[in-house]
Formats: sequence, C-alpha cells, structure tokens
Amino acid sequence: MNMIVTPTSPATPNGTTRPQVRIVIVGHVDHGKSTLVGRLLHETGSLPDGKLEMLKAVSARRGMPFEWSFLLDALQTERDQGITIDTTQIRFRTNSRDIVLIDAPGHAEFLRNMITGASQADGAVLIIDALEGVRDQTRRHGYLLHLLGVKQVAVVVNKMDRVDFSDLRFKAISDEISAHLNGLGVTPTAVIPISARDGDGVAEHTDRIGWYKGPTVVEALDALEPARPLESLALRLPVQAIYKFDDRRIVAGRIESGSLTAGDEIVIMPAGKIAKIKTVESWPVTPVAGRQGAGRSVGITLDRELFIERGDIVAHAGTAPRETRRLRARIFWLHDKPLAKGDQLLVRCGPKESRATVVAIEKAVDPGELSSSENKAIGRNHVGEIDISLSNPIATDPYTDNPRTGRLVIEVSGRIAGGGLVLSVDAGQRAVPVDIVPVESALRPDERSARYQHNGAVVWLTGLPASGKSTLAKALERRLFTNGGSPILLDGDTLRAGLNSDLGFAAADRSENIRRLAEVATHLARNGHIAIVAAVSPSREDRATARRIADTAFREIHVATPAEVCEERDPKGHYKKARAGTLASFTGIGNDYEAPQAAELVIDTSTRTVAEAANEIERMLKTSGVLFDEVVDLAANI
Amino acid sequence: MDHLDQLEAQSIYIFREAFARLKKIALLWSLGKDSNVMIWLARKAFFGRMPFPALHVDTGKKFPEMYRFRDHYGKEWDLDLRVEPCPPIDAVDPTLPPAARSAARKTEGLKMALAKYGFDGLIAGIRRDEEATRAKERVFSPRGLEGNWDVRDQPPEFWDHFNASPPQGAHLRIHPILHWTEADIWAYTKRENIPIIPLYLSKDGKRYRSLGDQDITNPVNSTASTIDEILIELEQTKVPERAGRALDHETEDAFERLRVAGYL
Repeated sequence: MNMIVTPTSPATPNGTTRPQVRIVIVGHVDHGKSTLVGRLLHETGSLPDGKLEMLKAVSARRGMPFEWSFLLDALQTERDQGITIDTTQIRFRTNSRDIVLIDAPGHAEFLRNMITGASQADGAVLIIDALEGVRDQTRRHGYLLHLLGVKQVAVVVNKMDRVDFSDLRFKAISDEISAHLNGLGVTPTAVIPISARDGDGVAEHTDRIGWYKGPTVVEALDALEPARPLESLALRLPVQAIYKFDDRRIVAGRIESGSLTAGDEIVIMPAGKIAKIKTVESWPVTPVAGRQGAGRSVGITLDRELFIERGDIVAHAGTAPRETRRLRARIFWLHDKPLAKGDQLLVRCGPKESRATVVAIEKAVDPGELSSSENKAIGRNHVGEIDISLSNPIATDPYTDNPRTGRLVIEVSGRIAGGGLVLSVDAGQRAVPVDIVPVESALRPDERSARYQHNGAVVWLTGLPASGKSTLAKALERRLFTNGGSPILLDGDTLRAGLNSDLGFAAADRSENIRRLAEVATHLARNGHIAIVAAVSPSREDRATARRIADTAFREIHVATPAEVCEERDPKGHYKKARAGTLASFTGIGNDYEAPQAAELVIDTSTRTVAEAANEIERMLKTSGVLFDEVVDLAANI
Repeated sequence: MDHLDQLEAQSIYIFREAFARLKKIALLWSLGKDSNVMIWLARKAFFGRMPFPALHVDTGKKFPEMYRFRDHYGKEWDLDLRVEPCPPIDAVDPTLPPAARSAARKTEGLKMALAKYGFDGLIAGIRRDEEATRAKERVFSPRGLEGNWDVRDQPPEFWDHFNASPPQGAHLRIHPILHWTEADIWAYTKRENIPIIPLYLSKDGKRYRSLGDQDITNPVNSTASTIDEILIELEQTKVPERAGRALDHETEDAFERLRVAGYL
C-alpha cells in the first residue's frame, strides 16, 4: 500500500540496524483484524498525511460512520462486500522493530489468501472476539499456522468493551485457545485483552483493563524475532537450473540451509553422484571466495562433468538427504474436489516435481471443528495425513530435520491445490552411496549362464490369494532344476517370517514388503539365478516399482484364476476368516486387487492343469530370452 | 546477509524460476529506477547477461532524458531491446478520466506486443508498497485471455512455489521485486552503483519520485540531489510515492479498474 513511510533497516543512511519482522494477523471473520491494523497504524504514527482525513471524507460521502478498517479496505470490491478478500502488506515501526504487517482475510471462502499471506510471516497475531469467543475459523487458522511453520503466535482478545472488560470472560477464552494451540505444539507468546476500536491495550494500558499486567500489542510485536536463515543445518542447495551461457557450466540455485565454498566435496541427490565444487560464480565479480551461507542465490561449477538436472539437491557427502519414492505428509487441502486415495497428483519439493499417487489417507479432519470425525477423503479447507508414492525418486528431509526442504506443495491441473510438511521418508531409504562399496562377484555372468543354460530373471507371479501362485511356482522350480537350471523360490509369506517380519499390512508396509522382495530377487537374477516370486502384490504401483528395480530381468505372470474359484479353494482358510471379519487387510474379497495391464503372461489355473500351466511359462521364458533354446544355442556355438 | 542481500537473493530466485518454467518471457523496461534494478538483478541471476528481451512499450511521450537513457544502456548492457508503439488515443475507452485513458493506451500497446511475440510471461517491476491494489498481487500472477487480472480468484502462492501454468493463449505477470520498497530500491541502486535518469534528483527545488509520461507525471518538492539525500527524505516524508502520478487520484477506483483491465 502507499502507506509506507519508513525505509527498512540497512537502507537507512546512518547504517542503524533494526530487525524487520513480518507479521500476519489472522482470526475469524469480523473479529476485528482490520480495525486492529488501522488502530496500530494510527498509534505508531504511521499514516500518510491526509489518509485518515480522506477516508473520513469518503465515509461521510457514503453516509456511514468512520471505521478504522476502512484504511485497509482500499479496494472497491472490498468496500462493496465489507470483507477483506486478500492479503495486504503495510509497514510501520515499533520501538525496536520494522514491522511488515500482512492482513489476511478471515472469511472461510478466502483461506487460500490467508495461507498466501501467513506463509510469508515470521510471527502471527491471532485475534478473537471477546463476545463470540473461539470460533471454527479461529481454530482453523491456528492449525494452519502450525502447518505453515509459524511458531511465534500472540493471541489478542478483542472487543473487551463488549464484555464489560470482564477478566473472567478473558480467562475462559485464554484457556480455551491456549489449550488448542498447545495441542499443536504452539505456545502463545502472549494473550492480550484489547479494544481495538477504542485503543485499550493496543499501544497503551488503560484503567478499563487495569487487571491485565502483560504486554500491549505493540510490546508483543516488539518481542518477535525475524526468521533466521538455517545456516547451522546440513547443506541443501536445490538446483533451479544448469546454465551454459558461455564456456562455464553453472549449477544455479538458492542455498536453503547450511553453507558451501569452493573445494567442498559434494554429493548430488537423488542419484548420489560425487564431485567437488570448483568455483562459486557470481556477477559482476567472479569467482567469489569465502563461504556462502543459507539464503544466498548462488551458482557453482564442478570439477567434473556430471548429468545434473533441475530439482536435484546438492549436499555434503555424509549429510545428504534421503532418496525416496514414498513419503508421508501432513497437508492442508484447498481444492474444490476432495483429495482421495488413488488420486493422481503433481508434487513439488522445491524445484523438483514428480507425478504421485495417493496410496493412503489418514486423520482427514476439519481443523475448525471442536471434535472432528475422521473422513476418508480430505475436503476443501481440511487437513489430513497422506502417504504418497512418487513416480520419480526425490531427495528430501522430514520437516523436523529441515523445515525448508521438508515441505511440499500439490498441484492439480497446473494450479496449487494444497501443501504441507514431510513427516517421514520411509521407504526407499538408502544409505548414502559414498559409504557403500558394492563387491562384484568373481564369476562372470556368462560363466553362470553357460552352466545353467539360462539367463538370470525375476519371474513374478501375482494374483488373488489361493489363485495357485505357490503351486505353480513350485512346479516351475522343479522343472527348471530338473533341466539343470538354478531356480530359487521366494514366497511372500515365507519372507514375511524372517526378512520382512518387521512389516505389517498397512499400505506403506505392503509396499516395502514388495520392494524388499524385488531387491532380493534382482540380486539373485543378476547372479544368474531365476528368482520365482509368488506374492499377491495387489498394488499396480508396487509391482511397477518391482519392475523398475529388476528392470529387463522382470517377467510378470498374472495368475488370473476367477475370484469365486479362489474363494472356494481357500486352502489357508483366509477367505472364511475375512468373511467372518476376523482377518483384517485381506486382499481378495474386496476390489483392492489391481490386475496387471501388460503382464508377460496371463494364466487361469481353473481351466488347465499345473503341468500345462508350467509349459506355458516355460515357453514364455524361452521366447523372451531367459531360457536358452537348444537349437538357437547350438547355432550360436557353431 | 543483510537486508538488501536477502531481497536480492529472493529476486534472483524468482527470475530463475520464471526462466525455467515459462517458454517465452520478456522484461518490461519502463526505463525507471525499478526496472533498472530488475535488469541488474536479472544479470546477477544469469551471470552477466539477460537471456530474454527487454520490452519497452513506448507511448512516445516519455521525457527526452528517458529515451537517451534507453538508447545508451540498451547497448551498454547488451540488451535484446524491443520497442513497441501504442495505438492512438482515439482507440481507448473514452469513459475513463484523461490520465487513466492515457495509461490505458499503454495497456493496449502491451496487448499488441503480446499478440505480436506470443510471450507467456512478462516480468514487471511493480512493488507492494507502491499502491494498495499492487499490495494484493502474487509473484506469479495469472492474466486472462484478454490480459485481465481477476483479483477475486487468485491462486494460492506460498513457500516460493509459484503457479506457472497459464492457460493456452493467456500469460503470466512475474513480479521479482514485489517485496521491495522505494527505499530498498534506492539503497540497492546506490550500493550496486546502478545508473539512473537524472530527473530523479532535485533541480530547482523539485524532483521526480516516479517517472511516467510527461503529460501525466509531475515533480514533487524536494531538495534531495543525491541518493543519500533521497533516502533521508524518504525517512521523513509521509507523501506517497505516486503522488505525482495524476492517474492514481482521479477517482477512487480508477487505478483498480486499470489493473483489472491489464495495466501494470
């Protein structure tokens, strides 16, 4: 707004430094945000000459009494509706701070604007009408402050004049809101009774609230601290672009945390490639010496040519972020259409973007409600925890480790639809590659294949419980062994008894179970064996992960026995238990099995014998180059 | 890192995002102090060169000093300068007050340039502290097919994640110095030794605080003849920056009507 009257700190010619803090004022609609802002500007002598008079004249012309909030209602549209629809920024000074004040709308309709404003703030003032007390939007804004990472929150109980300055009423509200915020891990820096309209408690204490001994609003603002760059944390330089404008190849980005300098050993995640920083480039003077800290936008050159792309993260070897295809996040949702399990999204973590699928939703609630019931989907302006599976691996941190990189936004149709904090980076977690030195086998692949007469492969049998996977797997194992090959059976249940005994049946656990199966099977295949995996593996996404891991060695077989037949067979009694409700998370009687769309082979065991089915598999393995055809093999050796 | 370092780093981040995420962008060069700072920041972001055109939508009514500045620094800074004309005043909405009508002419010129080059992003040097409606802007601000701004339906923007997918045929405005103030601009201009048009400095007791067309821009009373003196003046004044801009004061909503129609 054109209300700026004071330059910010180091801009003053005498070089005095005054911390600049950005404050957002939030709370339920009509609880008095704009009035408080107008009053604060007046009390701190921040209004431009003539502004107050001009607005009083406008009010008179419109035949309405002057209100402090008119100062903010600078837009025609706002005056027509009588509500603030977007964030506005106003600057003023207190004794020791330059304040940038962000006014955010309280109307639920404009939550996206509240979030836009509050996300820029170092601290917040949460305003509550003394008469109305804590309302749904009060609670919702409190929750969003927590999700946006705003830790310093001062609570203001406004319109005390309307409750006769009652200390009891004040205490009741103070207790209620403090309990709500404490539950979110936010401790209010102050709870202040005021009357914004009359000025009590804004800049000065008045006798009317003589029982209150705490800070005024201006004093509370004076105590807020500006956000500090995260220099003490591990280096995170997300790559925005690689520039080749001249003979330099410059990796450009902003240091989100930590620091770097020429000569540093770095690792580029998620690929795990290692290099050394050659120079730190700049303009007009380049290269620059000395450490560059968090918050700086920099450009570096490396000592070797590596394939680097936008979204990669430059870190120091040993403190690199985790690489993952799956993470859990606590998010707020702004889109009209609720977010549901199975939804396809675009996720952005800094400059990195990846397609993603929602694999699970938990704790989906309306944060405005007092005691919310959990929903299956996350509605507009609601919050929840989601597990997402990413189509590209990304490098990220839980927000508790790094508040700058541990957050993400979600896009739907090219528009930001939600955002939140990375709670955990579970699956796909790998040790930093620098610490791993894989030992290669002393045997060459062709030595093994010459003996076994086959190449290594992962034969993946997927299908409903009791569809015949294990039976087929055993028959195939016997047949290959008889022919001199080296098959190894990996049964899902058998591995759950040992290697995977730490995993349950939640979506994330199932995914991890499949990932481990795929990793073990791939290791065997690389060493020339045929790993035969028999696992229900109902999730298409999980099987796609397995295929990515095993790559060209992967052969998927869909054991497509009809569901009725499977249930009738029920050798382990699982269907019976599931129907009786004593077996949770059982795949088979619901619609949760996602059939393959492009399996190498589909077999219905209800229409053929085990031997016939094994024949078909053998044929497929021959035509797809796993088993050596004797004739072809002979020809190759002539 | 001091305050100016923080502002600079943020602006560079925005420039690089715009360049990475949009296909064809240009920087709107009005020749004023703000857009000169922008060009400087762009050269910092891209290590000495601005890898997209500088577009000057020329009303033909700027001060001679401004044209001299453009011709000199366009060359010295090695800019890909595109000068585009505005239509005659008769082609502009006659119901607007005179100064607003004159400014709306510039909006028409901008639309013509957009149609000619097919830019999907225009970088503009507006700041939140200049004017109330600008305070409501996003850093990446979508425009409709007609170049219009829908202030009621702005997408959320947080944590430096920007909405960078304009619909086919529409474009985005990108505002890399939205978070700067007038004093920040001057302090940075001084620190970086960025050239300025001398009209900003006091002569015979007056200077221009903001430069537009000759016929709708007036000087303010001032004795500030150096940047240091300007900074001291800003410290003390309560007069808004655009006080000398006639179009801001014609009617209560003239400026917003202009911006909704696509004015900067």
